[in-house]
Amino acid sequence: MSQLPGYEGKPEQILRKAGAGVFDKVEIATDAGTFQGVLMPRYELSDNRHVVIKLDTGYNIGLRVDTIKSIARVSAAPTPAPRSVPPKTKRKDLPDVSVVSTGGTIASRVDYRTGAVTPALTAQDLYVLVPELAEIANISAHTLYSIFSENITTLHWTEIANAVDRMIRSGVDGVVIAHGTDTMAMTSAALSFALRNPPVPVALVGSQRSSDRPSSDAQTNLLAAVTVAAGAPFGEVVLVMHEGYSDDRIAVHKGTRARKMHTSSRSAFQSVNGKPIARYVGGIIELGDEQLHPRGDSESYVVEPGFDDRAALIKFYPGLDPEILVWLLQKGTRGVILEGTGLGHVSHQMVKAASELVRDGVFVGMTSQCLFGRVNLRVYETGRDLLQAGVTPLGDMLPETSLIKLMWCLARATELEEIRRLMVSNLAGELSPRCLPALDTKPK
Amino acid sequence: MRTMTQKELKRTDYAQVGLKVGIEVHRQLDTESKMFCACPTEQKPGTDFQFVRLLRATPSELGEVDPAAAFETRRKRMVHYHANTGSVCLVEMDEEPPHPLNTEAVVVGLTAALMLNSRPVDEIHVMRKIVVDGSNTTGFQRTCTLALGGHIVVNGKNVPIQSVSLEEDAARLLEAGRGEVHYDLGRLGIPLVEVATGPSIRSPEEAARVALAIGRTLRATGKVKRGLGAIRQDVNISISGGALVEIKGVQTLEGVSSVVENEVKRQLHLLRVRDELRSRGVRKQDLKPEFIDVTDIFNETRCKVTRQALEARGMVLAVKLTGFGGLVGLSPAQNIKLGAELNRRAQAWSEVAGIFHTDEMPAYGITEAEVREMRKRLDARVEDCVVFVAEEYEKARDALEVVLARARDALEGVPEETRAPRADGSTLYSRPRPGSARMYPETDIPPVPVSSELLRQIRAGIPESLEERSKRMVKTYGLSPQLAEQLVDLERLEIFERIVARTRLPAGFVASALTEHIVTLDREGVDTSAVPDSQLEKMFQLIAERKMAKEAAPELIRWMAGHLGKEPVEGVRELGLAPPPIDELEEQAHMLVESHTEELALQPERIEGRLMGELMKQFRGKIDGKIVHETLRRKIQEKMKELKTSKASR
Repeated sequence: MSQLPGYEGKPEQILRKAGAGVFDKVEIATDAGTFQGVLMPRYELSDNRHVVIKLDTGYNIGLRVDTIKSIARVSAAPTPAPRSVPPKTKRKDLPDVSVVSTGGTIASRVDYRTGAVTPALTAQDLYVLVPELAEIANISAHTLYSIFSENITTLHWTEIANAVDRMIRSGVDGVVIAHGTDTMAMTSAALSFALRNPPVPVALVGSQRSSDRPSSDAQTNLLAAVTVAAGAPFGEVVLVMHEGYSDDRIAVHKGTRARKMHTSSRSAFQSVNGKPIARYVGGIIELGDEQLHPRGDSESYVVEPGFDDRAALIKFYPGLDPEILVWLLQKGTRGVILEGTGLGHVSHQMVKAASELVRDGVFVGMTSQCLFGRVNLRVYETGRDLLQAGVTPLGDMLPETSLIKLMWCLARATELEEIRRLMVSNLAGELSPRCLPALDTKPK
Repeated sequence: MRTMTQKELKRTDYAQVGLKVGIEVHRQLDTESKMFCACPTEQKPGTDFQFVRLLRATPSELGEVDPAAAFETRRKRMVHYHANTGSVCLVEMDEEPPHPLNTEAVVVGLTAALMLNSRPVDEIHVMRKIVVDGSNTTGFQRTCTLALGGHIVVNGKNVPIQSVSLEEDAARLLEAGRGEVHYDLGRLGIPLVEVATGPSIRSPEEAARVALAIGRTLRATGKVKRGLGAIRQDVNISISGGALVEIKGVQTLEGVSSVVENEVKRQLHLLRVRDELRSRGVRKQDLKPEFIDVTDIFNETRCKVTRQALEARGMVLAVKLTGFGGLVGLSPAQNIKLGAELNRRAQAWSEVAGIFHTDEMPAYGITEAEVREMRKRLDARVEDCVVFVAEEYEKARDALEVVLARARDALEGVPEETRAPRADGSTLYSRPRPGSARMYPETDIPPVPVSSELLRQIRAGIPESLEERSKRMVKTYGLSPQLAEQLVDLERLEIFERIVARTRLPAGFVASALTEHIVTLDREGVDTSAVPDSQLEKMFQLIAERKMAKEAAPELIRWMAGHLGKEPVEGVRELGLAPPPIDELEEQAHMLVESHTEELALQPERIEGRLMGELMKQFRGKIDGKIVHETLRRKIQEKMKELKTSKASR
């Protein structure tokens, strides 16, 4: 049966009757005249009243189905010639880099005829997308998932961590993880706790403009990520994305410090309460002044995947009903991260509810919705009350990083005191005792 | 037998060579906002910020890369963008997805389509047309077909219209250098209507006439921008045995006819060269990629270009074009010769400064002896031509490879390509003609249905033609037919009507200020087209409010052209154009007296005191009270006299 993706209802009926499928050449007679063109798939979410054809000029137009008098199939769709890219032979002089694909814009290609985006996952695809890669590393490509990053769960984090660990143990010089950007910073935080002090770089990379566009940031980001994975002198979990609007500067963020700060810009990711640990400029990695875990050190490598998702992140706002904490308690929640105002404040009703949670053995940690700067519960009365209630201030740790760290802690500690001890210890660069001036705190 | 006139002779010639021309007229729309974002379509001058991008041609699912896109990618140029946040947002920067298609632009486009008897589509689909020269930050131009078919009658002939489309304007090229290119983003995203005719135009003059007729129809919508750059024509030209060549971005009507004339000459010449090559028995395989290093011959050269290249660690590389001797330099008209084609192709693809060929030698300081030695080295006979280039090795080799490829094309005749116009009507190779692999759907923008209700509304509001309008100007505003025509020709009807309605200034004054004054200034070399309409309107507002004298209008327009972005009121201050207070006093006194006529007739003394008080409120400190009093008294006396006379005559 002919393929008619996107068509439903009357358009589908009349196309079926004519025996026409997408990409067939058709002639359609309407009240307004006769049109010849290639039948195109119907755009998702559009109405059921039009048939779309591509004219010889390359333009698509929609014809209203109630004006169509007849449809004739002129010729069948041409069968696409298989793309033949000669396989690249492994070069001994180049490092080996594994590219793990989880989905997202960066790991997809577009079909020019339909605009449909399909996963691009083989090493060949990557070489076609970024030919320069062939000069930097021998790439082996692995597909873990092909999902939108908003559908990633704690189980995926564990699977990704295990997969990356296997690759590291197989002796690759670095691992790149292609990821959707929405939750990429959260996966990078999760991997930072699950894979501490890795002997090689583990670089998460994404793109804000799909790779089918000539202007996509996918190629430069990928190039930077593979360069980092192949040759950076550190073994760290990092997130590699554009630093500004230009293609000449890519930032390498610490996995626990990165945050998506813009809905659409290439420069969406920023290091919060820290600087990028390195930059990729003109094909070269420029290191910052931060002390990093050196590449090649496998002594201190610790693999501890596993997350307990009985934890929650609650953003405080004026008038927030404290009942929500009671509800969480009833749901069996073992830990809560509060995103308080300013230095880390919530209403006095919330303080009371929090103290009840803590009394029941639930961990309650405080972060700030200001994101930049550290919480301090000693300056104002509310803060002191929170301390009194047993709420743990979480320094300059990002709210999302705090949540993920809490999930990780819950999976390996049962005592509240032990969880508290872990939460305030710096395990992967997520906490620092010093907040420095002149950080780039403004959205770009 | 009747002798043919010069004109008829020409026409016959074009028919004989099988000339076919189609044109695409592009015109910027004067909508509130751009096509896919809320930025204004009025461009703010100056640059706020810059950024840098690298564009790549992306292969399609079938592994195809558009030839024009591949060509640009090969050049690997860094694209520098300059922008002003007054007229550029994240959408133009490709940092934010496009907003929905601008409805106002669609309505103007459909209005134009209906005026051209074109048939609107039922559903508009926005497409991405791959363009990776940097003129679009995305690497593609968004474009959509609004209507198909139609016709326009020009000189009694039905010229078919193929389509009416709406597309976003591209960024404006600032400069291009080695390895980099600079664009200003202000223009990017301004809606353009594109009207494409069928290839049924048969002469250069007709091409210009059709372009004018389409331009006038678009202008009649009242929603188009004017001035240089607001209208651009792409001209598709072919002759029998030749090839389809597209000349993009012709800005004037004279340009349209002269590029057609020149392109016919160029194609005829290339066909003649082909025939000669064939009769000499030259075959493609005779053109061998054997590049010979002849640097040593030029060690002592007096040729400046070569010497500089050698000093910069370059070399001289040469290739033999077997059988091309004499044909490379052959030139039937200015800028038409195969040598120019080879040179331009090499420049475009490999960024060399230029190539030399033996047909033009000795020249540029290169001696007969050097040429002789080089020919000997390459084993070149008299009927062969040698092309050589002084550059670093890779660029030189690239350049000669391109030259060889173009020479092989010469054996076929005319290659299909896209060319750019020059001021003298001749054209330059710019890139290969794009193929069909360059269009794919813009998935960020859902299709837009065209309802019959919308079409009904547009049909009901089809604007009058320019001829009708010009007649109405004469009738409504009492303008002379010449002045009305001039407003039409200079495309200032809309602003004229707006100003008269808003300011209530005399129509004759506004019309001549917008035509004669501006034409005079243009002749003096003042770029009045750069002054936005909104600024002109403000000037008339100042005149209406008596904040400047009418007579000073030309002086202020000149100032505005030199101070873009500044407010007219600043010009009034700077140039001291405020009317002298004494004039204002006369005016005010007159108005006061006029509005108190009846009271004056009854109690002249009492009213005089009151009016004096009012005037002094306004002019105290500016004009001597004695003068104020004298002026008022004079005005009252005049009025009284007038009243008496009118009483007496009753």
